[in-house]
Amino acid sequence: MPTIRNGLAVLALADARLPNGGHVHSGGVEQAAASGLVTTVEDLREFLYGRLRSAGFTSAVFAAAATHAAANGEVDWLVLDAELDARTPSPAQREASRAQGRGLVRAGRAAWPSPALDTLVAVTGRPHHPLVLGVLAAAAGTEPWAAALVAGYQSVSGPSSAAVRLLGLDPFAANAVLVDLSGELDRLADTAAALAHLPPGDLPAPGSPALDLLAEAHHHHHREEVRLFAS
Amino acid sequence: MPPDGHHPHGHRHPVSFDPTVTDHDRHEPTPLPGRPFRLGIGGPVGSGKTALTAALCRALGPDVNLAVVTNDIYTTEDADFLRAAGVLDPDRVEAVQTGACPHTAIRDDITANLDAAERLQERHPDLELIIIESGGDNLTAVFSRGLADRQIFVVDVAGGDKVPRKGGPGVTTADLLVINKVDLAEHVGADMTVMVADAHRMRGDRPVTTQSLTRTPDAPDVAGWVRQQLAVPLGV
Ligand SMILES: Nc1nc2c(ncn2[C@@H]2O[C@H](COP(=O)(O)OP(=O)(O)OP(=O)(O)O)[C@@H](O)[C@H]2O)c(=O)[nH]1
Ligand SMILES: [Mg+2]
Repeated sequence: MPTIRNGLAVLALADARLPNGGHVHSGGVEQAAASGLVTTVEDLREFLYGRLRSAGFTSAVFAAAATHAAANGEVDWLVLDAELDARTPSPAQREASRAQGRGLVRAGRAAWPSPALDTLVAVTGRPHHPLVLGVLAAAAGTEPWAAALVAGYQSVSGPSSAAVRLLGLDPFAANAVLVDLSGELDRLADTAAALAHLPPGDLPAPGSPALDLLAEAHHHHHREEVRLFAS
Repeated sequence: MPPDGHHPHGHRHPVSFDPTVTDHDRHEPTPLPGRPFRLGIGGPVGSGKTALTAALCRALGPDVNLAVVTNDIYTTEDADFLRAAGVLDPDRVEAVQTGACPHTAIRDDITANLDAAERLQERHPDLELIIIESGGDNLTAVFSRGLADRQIFVVDVAGGDKVPRKGGPGVTTADLLVINKVDLAEHVGADMTVMVADAHRMRGDRPVTTQSLTRTPDAPDVAGWVRQQLAVPLGV
């Protein structure tokens, strides 16, 4: 495991208090709770594990690739952005990712401005969240591994806190379930960092049909019904 | 003075954390030139925020180019009400989801609200005023100065005449405190004299207005105050 450079930036990027709009997204938990798929802490454990290994891994891989690309120049941001589109079959999830990307751009411009961030935004318009995260990590002087770690962590930390708010779960139990994913998150960051140099088209593409369906159901049902979260 | 209290000539001015001190906010907003004035309307659940927003749309709409962002805790109830009330073009209303945390969306992480304000600006480039109604919340919920240039806190008589003296940043620091539903005072045994005196005591020289939207549906006092705020350039 590498030594983390500029640990404060890494901690700040992973902090739920980072004002990037993340708190209005549940990562599928709102829909899963509404359909009775997640009602207990044990359900949450399974949900988070699945989310980390699928959506979290994709996010980590692209965050690491973006850090690598920003640090080494020579990158076609449009291609990297489009490759992540191709790995996100649900339009609702693509929208949620771009909305969070926009929020992170706003926070990042104030805290970690860089020419790479300006280029990413100029080229893609509304970049995906992991790409912004990766570029900010590079601007903060840290490594692809750390960007992957943050991306993986965020793929489960936000949903876990959404579950606490939506279901009134015991926050200590929910936190313990989250922290149990530690080994899995390390492995995921190791793998993502090892692949960060690959051409965008060769990056892994794990599927998560259940999350795709939950995101779409959330988008459709909650147009008419109660909706606390944007995704 | 920069927000961290550092003075150009090398020393620091202490900031008081005494909650009873009602100094004016020293951190004046510095809006970008050309962007609309953003007015926050906050206050507890049911105090009359949406009714006041609708009243301001009626009173100011004819000569001020305005739009509204609502922060519904649940559904898009407030946005739907405003659209149905016919006080504003439906495409001048944006609703944001607050992730079950209405105070977070107006204070700690204002991203969703800034996004909504920007969407309104893109659709209506000449907007002069964006009213942001917070979700009904507790007495500590105030707008970030990064989101609202000025803010109104609405409490109502039906909640009891104790509310102003309970204090909290909403009551003590808002730019205008509105005590709404004075028509209900006699029904709930609220003493208006006590309520207004407490409000002034908690707020020092900051303004307090009483109103009943059933008696004066166009909220003339508040509309007049908003016009005054619009006339003063921001950041001075
Ligand atoms: N009697 C009386 N009723 C009022 C007055 N102002 C508002 N109301 C009523 O109070 C109720 C709540 O008003 P809203 O404007 O929806 O309150 P709100 O603060 O927006 O509520 P939330 O957004 O749910 O927190 C509505 O039924 C209004 O018609 C008033 O001055 N007098
Ligand atoms: Mg309302």
